[in-house]
Amino acid sequence: MKKQNKQNLPRLHLHIPEPQFRPGDTADFSNLEIEDVGVTGRPEETIAPIDMQHMATGLIRVLDMEGKASGPWDPKLSTDIKLKMLRHIMKVRSFDDRMFRAQRQGKTSFYMKCTGEEATSIAPAMALAADDMVFPSYRQQGILLVRGYPMLDMMNQIYSNREDSLKGRQLPIMYSSSDHSFFTISGNLTTQYPQAVGWAMASAAKQDSRIAATWCGEGSTAEGDFHSAMTFATVYNAPVIFNIVNNQWAISSFSGIAGGERATFAARGLGYGIASIRVDGNDPLAVYAATEWAAHRARTNNGPTLIEHFTYRAEGHSTSDDPSSYRAAEEYAKWPLGDPLERLKAHLIGEATWDEDRHVALKKALDDEVKTTQKLAEKNGILGHGMHQEFETMFEDVFEEMPWHLQEQMDMSLAEKISKFSTKNKEKMERGS
Amino acid sequence: MSDMPDSPVKTMNMIEAINSALDIMLERDDDVVILGEDVGYFGGVFRATAHLQEKYGKRRVFDTPISENGILGAAVGMGAYGLRPVPEIQFADYIYPGLDQIVSEAARLRYRSAGDFIAPMTIRTPFGGGIFGGQTHSQSPESLFTHMSGVKTIIPATPYDAKGLLISAIEDNDPIIFFEPKRIYNGPFTGYYDRPVEPWSKHSAAQVPEGYYKIPLGKADVVQEGEGLTIITYGTMVHVASAVVEEQGIDADVIDLRTLLPLDIETIEESVKKTGRCLIVHEATRTSGFGAELAALVAERCFYHLEAPIERVTGFDTPYPHSLEWAYFPGPVRLTTAIEKIMKD
Ligand SMILES: Cc1ncc(C[n+]2csc(CCOP(=O)(O)OP(=O)(O)O)c2C)c(N)n1
Repeated sequence: MKKQNKQNLPRLHLHIPEPQFRPGDTADFSNLEIEDVGVTGRPEETIAPIDMQHMATGLIRVLDMEGKASGPWDPKLSTDIKLKMLRHIMKVRSFDDRMFRAQRQGKTSFYMKCTGEEATSIAPAMALAADDMVFPSYRQQGILLVRGYPMLDMMNQIYSNREDSLKGRQLPIMYSSSDHSFFTISGNLTTQYPQAVGWAMASAAKQDSRIAATWCGEGSTAEGDFHSAMTFATVYNAPVIFNIVNNQWAISSFSGIAGGERATFAARGLGYGIASIRVDGNDPLAVYAATEWAAHRARTNNGPTLIEHFTYRAEGHSTSDDPSSYRAAEEYAKWPLGDPLERLKAHLIGEATWDEDRHVALKKALDDEVKTTQKLAEKNGILGHGMHQEFETMFEDVFEEMPWHLQEQMDMSLAEKISKFSTKNKEKMERGS
Repeated sequence: MSDMPDSPVKTMNMIEAINSALDIMLERDDDVVILGEDVGYFGGVFRATAHLQEKYGKRRVFDTPISENGILGAAVGMGAYGLRPVPEIQFADYIYPGLDQIVSEAARLRYRSAGDFIAPMTIRTPFGGGIFGGQTHSQSPESLFTHMSGVKTIIPATPYDAKGLLISAIEDNDPIIFFEPKRIYNGPFTGYYDRPVEPWSKHSAAQVPEGYYKIPLGKADVVQEGEGLTIITYGTMVHVASAVVEEQGIDADVIDLRTLLPLDIETIEESVKKTGRCLIVHEATRTSGFGAELAALVAERCFYHLEAPIERVTGFDTPYPHSLEWAYFPGPVRLTTAIEKIMKD
């Protein structure tokens, strides 16, 4: 045992990370180092992870802050595709606003927006093949819109109404659609990560051509499941893309509480030998290009990629929190990487393929579409006290076949239904209000 | 009620009572630390730790990474050093990633080291449904914890009890799981979801002493007394059962267990031997729920005093549904049906 004179040492000190700004502070991101467009190069998709470690601290960018595209990562998309991308971003933003308001009006229990982060789900969904399997967290509603999932069905789910394809079982926004290669969303963070790896391993084992992609927030990278996923992915060289949406905040905890003070989130992949890149998450073209790169890599047996999307959560975590109680009010306004919608719009206007008038008209058309769809959804019922489904549905799908004890409990609940609800209530329920 | 303090009394809801207990223990014992997701500056998603970081500093009250496994493992380590950690798990539904640190570690340190190491930690976690939280913000996993050897399980049903029990828990040298029925954080819920919510201020158990006091672990509270029936329950369901008994004029003992483990078997035995009828009520799923243990104990100890089969009123054996929450919840209708059956002859 080493003999030590500890008398002269300073006392140990427990470090608790603290964000730069709290309510009342003036946010100032001028000390944030952000690379210029073009600095982070684009290697071949076949590159070994060991030869691209610097990319975990770089930043893939295509659009500058005026909306001009340049550099090796420019995906050179057609105007048509870029306009579709803009449209998707605008649509999900309009959808989010509307559904958030619906919750505030008491029409449902809960909602979560993806405002400011739309590019991190829409651009990847556009760069992936439609049948690549996605394992999202709760903030990737954009994927569903890109894949053509009906907005009406999303709203029915949010209202848990009688047309909800998930039979009112899940909290709003916890969608599921195997038809759209969209895995059922869990409320438990990061469970989807190792599942995506397993799906990708299965696809490889079956000599399929489909790959998997998964998403989580930077806060969620602390969960053990994240690290299990990394290990399995590297061991089996699984065809999977890991997206970390670093939107700076996990409810009230800033990224430093997840380890962001010491390293980038992309750097988590390095120790596992996983190709790890960082992308400007508010630059839809860069996100598209990064996903395209990773998808090609996975599809050609070059293994998994970890992508950190550097972005900002513009709104509260959900309808349950007030962000002004834990972060400086104007952080988003000062966020140096701007807003993905505005940046793509500026790009298209700069190319002269878009203009203000058309933009205003499109916004109006999308808002109208959302509003009209909302009215249709509300005809199927809003949450209210719930109970828009037959009580039997509560007991179905626990197992493929219902065992005797659930059968008994189902009978009990049906008997309760008769005594519990007056005729008046029953009628109201049937009308779905 | 024991250790009745002489400090001034204040009306508190359950969150305020829990906050007060934490405040007092942070003040009294420098070894007490609070850690968990969003518990620091923000004061917790339910505000249970509001202002505590401001008052005691970040060394004592701090945010953690989102890793329940990390939170609970770190709490075991802190306990080994000699601290008295009070980790918060944001929702009981999120405790599963950290289960191994409780089952295989905290619960067994004392035993496997022959008392060389202990885990004097109190895990606080909101549980139960009734808030439209869907399947991952509504569960009642208490029987997982009573089933493993070595963890004490506490569930308060009032602000007064919450504070006194939490102080006892923090001072206790064994690992404790402290489930907070979140539906009754702001008011006692009678199970009628379509009636206006009553605030705690109207309830006598919301008169909470501002100072230090303890409620002993392992002691149930008989909240209503009667001769014809024993209702054994805990958490939110104490209020649902009491309301039914009151509204329908049923002559029943209503026992609020307060501590599930160690269990106050004496109070249960005494009551069932007196009434001859036993109804067990919990919100958790039925199969292998804590009610099964209670029913077995009552059958073993009171069989010859029973005048009717033991009945259980519980949640159904399904995940907690969102829209059908009130069809799932063991409310007044399910209780009334069971009471009618048990009182029939
Ligand atoms: C296992 C688990 N622990 C805790 C929670 C509660 N919770 C829900 S979202 C969240 C924050 C997640 O933050 P982040 O991963 O950064 O994603 P973001 O919300 O920013 O998209 C927390 C703590 C949960 N849902 N599951």
